[in-house]
Amino acid sequence: MTRLLEITDLHVGLPAGGQRQFAVESANLYLDANEILCVVGESGSGKSLTARAIMGLLPKPHVHIAQGQVNFQGEDLAAASEARLRQIRGSDISMIFQEPMTALNPVMTIGGQIDEVFRFHEKMPGHERRSRALKLLEDVQLPDPEQALGAYPHQLSGGQRQRAMIAMALALDPKILIADEPTTALDVTTQAQVLRLIKQMQETHGTGVVFITHDFGVVADIADRVAVMQNGLVVETGTTDEVLRRPTHPYTQALMAAVPSLIPRAARPRSEEKVLRVNGLTKTYRGGGGLFGGKARVVHAAKEVTLDLTRGETLGIVGESGSGKSTVARCIVRLTDAEAGEILLGDTDLRPLRRAAMRPHRAQIQMVFQDPFASLNPRSKVGRIIAQGPELYGASRSKAREIALELLRIVGLDDRAYDRFPHEFSGGQRQRIGIARALALEPKILVADEPVSALDVSIQAQILELLDEIRERMNLSMIFITHDLRVAAQVCDRIAVMQRGEVVEIGPTAKLFANPQHPYTTELLAAVPGKGWFSAEGKALTEAS
Amino acid sequence: MAFWKLFARNRSAVLGMIILILIFVMAITAPLFFPEDPFSLAGQSMSPPGENGFLLGSDSLGRDVASGIAHGAKTSLLIGLLATLVAVFIGVIMGALAGYYGGVIDNLLMRTTEMFQTIPSFLFAILLVAIMKPSIESIVIAIAVVSWPAVARLVRGEFLSLRSREFVQACHTLGMGDVRIMLGEILPNCLSPVIVIGSLMVATAILIESGLAFLGLGDPNIMSWGFQIGAGRTLLRSAWWVCTFPGIAILLTVLAINLVGEGLNDALNPRLRDRS
Repeated sequence: MTRLLEITDLHVGLPAGGQRQFAVESANLYLDANEILCVVGESGSGKSLTARAIMGLLPKPHVHIAQGQVNFQGEDLAAASEARLRQIRGSDISMIFQEPMTALNPVMTIGGQIDEVFRFHEKMPGHERRSRALKLLEDVQLPDPEQALGAYPHQLSGGQRQRAMIAMALALDPKILIADEPTTALDVTTQAQVLRLIKQMQETHGTGVVFITHDFGVVADIADRVAVMQNGLVVETGTTDEVLRRPTHPYTQALMAAVPSLIPRAARPRSEEKVLRVNGLTKTYRGGGGLFGGKARVVHAAKEVTLDLTRGETLGIVGESGSGKSTVARCIVRLTDAEAGEILLGDTDLRPLRRAAMRPHRAQIQMVFQDPFASLNPRSKVGRIIAQGPELYGASRSKAREIALELLRIVGLDDRAYDRFPHEFSGGQRQRIGIARALALEPKILVADEPVSALDVSIQAQILELLDEIRERMNLSMIFITHDLRVAAQVCDRIAVMQRGEVVEIGPTAKLFANPQHPYTTELLAAVPGKGWFSAEGKALTEAS
Repeated sequence: MAFWKLFARNRSAVLGMIILILIFVMAITAPLFFPEDPFSLAGQSMSPPGENGFLLGSDSLGRDVASGIAHGAKTSLLIGLLATLVAVFIGVIMGALAGYYGGVIDNLLMRTTEMFQTIPSFLFAILLVAIMKPSIESIVIAIAVVSWPAVARLVRGEFLSLRSREFVQACHTLGMGDVRIMLGEILPNCLSPVIVIGSLMVATAILIESGLAFLGLGDPNIMSWGFQIGAGRTLLRSAWWVCTFPGIAILLTVLAINLVGEGLNDALNPRLRDRS
């Protein structure tokens, strides 16, 4: 039987002088009609470049196919001319991207962009194109297809944009759909819907789908077959069942073990001492209006939020984007001013304090940021970054240096890091530096805003472990903001669920997971990808390996 | 060292650098080769190049053109550098304050900047020099006053985008003061574009200075290229060399500075680093 797509011995060459010679090395993959092949790997594994090589979309001339064939219905795409590739793209093979906002043209309506696909590849009258576009938008279950046709990308939500992208990709009924992390930028509930849609469309059209992802949960939900990539090599392929149940390659095993389990950690005794109490915290953003007196937009980022934190505990705040979880964190560390409510640190209300009055309390609440690349000053040496905190509070230069070196050791970096610049470190190492900076002032409370969401799973696990160890060792209390319920299950003693600025449910992790009270919590839990695989079985696997 | 390697990848920038160094050497060694005052009447007037002991000829009063060019180089470079330094200084302060604080301060400072930008810069410079007395200081001030708005706008933009970055927020949570955040954390991160715009501004400053001197608004006691061209403009058809050689000097200097500026841009701006 001939394969729909067969990749043999594919080498993708990188520019000379790089870290390695090939981004992808002797990759052998195939795809049949009517199946979903998931290509999984961490950043830098070459999974995206493999997908782009199929489409002939490599950033030439620096990155190019050095060797090998991409056989599509008896035709070698690696050797095809640019003109031929243009014909194939969109009609026979099409692609959807991670961020639909940048993949769609912002100054063209959705209808116009779908229309373009038809006009480019097929001859048909205008009204027929329009009715087909409408049909497509109905198929991808956009709420109001008629209106979506005339809408510009920014007028749709992230999930709707991704649906529109899918409609566009499927416009000419392609034989192969390549999806490059199509749900990574979406919220979990939206992600679940879009995954369902892709699966559905694939089944009705009999399309072969190459699905690139870093998330084993997504793999478990959607894949028929799996290919695992590491450093440009395909290390393991097989059916989903084989790979997930009996991973043979140590890297696959490690990756699967790193997927946090949904089973909450064992409950720990809770201290009675409350270190932080937040009462009725409210923050409203007002936008728009402007010069010509348009209607001002009011967003309630935090509405009457009430929380407390006891000594030594980790409180998770979970929610989707726009739920206000980051706003609450920023109000607590006083990066943002809340307009009402109390933030009681011990007996002092921090909320009304001005900058100078706030300064003595700053050291007690420190923050770990999300993006390890943006949170360190690229022009400062690592030692400086950590030592400047203690110096600000009066430590001598040599004392501050001592503290910084000690902290580097605690977060698992060696002394040589002190005199290096942040760009010399990987994402995980940078996050360690960020943690060291936050610890330098010996805070009582650590506020971590999505500290692992920008990291690969295997690194995630290490950082979570480090945070836990430090919390234990320094008797810290921690507020942990995350959108990922798996991560929350692993680190949090209690969880507060936020939706549209309000805390809809708060309680001990185990209780909240076992018996969610609020419908939104239930919805969130149901949307976690790979639920069936990695809650019960994943746990078993982890223990076995 | 890595910086020089990047810089040297741009061949024309290296050429510009060489020309610029030669002009520097010429400015410094002028008193050695031409010990006499460039204003002194050195011999036969209107001598063509190579005659009567004049390498590049003499003007209508018998002043040595070559001596004028050598001494004028000092004037041009000095005014170019000084004016740029003053302009960058003012521009960075205005831009930093506007970008960092935003809101009312930003509005106030940016409207001021726009007021300066509405007046054509060369006319404004003429006006300023005419009001003050033509002297080195007044020319430097005039050029700086018309050049700082560009720096201010650039720095404001950089500060606006950098102030919301997480590393700056981290400094806030440490309780660091505003001045320290601006100078110690944000400014080093926007120095590259400032250096590039500054280097290009030196070229503009030299052009403005030449223009002012050409119009007779230069410092009357100091030889400059613009003055030479101004003095020779009526003789362009009978004694072409009087205008031509100082003109070539200006052209080469401005070109060299622009090439170096481009090279700095390539070397300092990481986003453009890998276009080949």
